[in-house]
Amino acid sequence: MGAVVTGVLVIMGSALMLIASLGVVRMPDLFTRMQATTKAATLGAGLVLLGTAVHFATFSVTTRAVAAIAFVLLTAPIAAHLLGRAAYFLGVPLWEGSVGDELRDRYDWETHILASEASPHGTVPPGPPEGQPPPAGGGS
Amino acid sequence: MSGMFPVDGFVEVTAMAMMSVGLVLAMVRLVRGPSLPDRVVALDLITMLGLGMLAVYAMATGRTAYLDVGIVLTLVTFIATTSFAYFIEKGTGRGGAG
Repeated sequence: MGAVVTGVLVIMGSALMLIASLGVVRMPDLFTRMQATTKAATLGAGLVLLGTAVHFATFSVTTRAVAAIAFVLLTAPIAAHLLGRAAYFLGVPLWEGSVGDELRDRYDWETHILASEASPHGTVPPGPPEGQPPPAGGGS
Repeated sequence: MSGMFPVDGFVEVTAMAMMSVGLVLAMVRLVRGPSLPDRVVALDLITMLGLGMLAVYAMATGRTAYLDVGIVLTLVTFIATTSFAYFIEKGTGRGGAG
């Protein structure tokens, strides 16, 4: 019984992580890629760790697995939020099929503060500042 | 795990195979980019896959110490991603290093 539960959990988790990797290759722009990895990979890792806890079925391993799951669930959204915010300020282009950019004109590009209405300093379009190469291809 | 599946260790091998394919795909994104945040996302995914692989390896070998390695790996990755995001935002040349 425990073996079956473990097998199902581990296989499902690995499949989810494989799907996340597929998404990171196939998705058209950064933000959709982040959406694929953050959720699917977090759930996948959580399921695999849960399977490990069921497999060993001891107090110490279960505690460690639950701690790891809690830590991943806490940190993955924060890291994704910070990275998405930084990428938006960097001017990473959205996919041309995106239906809307609700943050456009609402960020104060001087202070990086988000307003609920169009900001007086928000006229600078997302893009690289003058005199610098575009971010595309600009990773080292 | 033996007796439940046609091959002994079927679950471990299958999970490792799937995560290895995922690792290759994440590496493709890490190499192709095109922007720095794309590469950071790929690195994040690679450490997630590493966490899963460590958990499966702990199961296959019966050594629970690999789980501790996984916990430390996620901790270090969170710090790395956070600092990457901080320096990417700081490096945009528009102030506001929040």
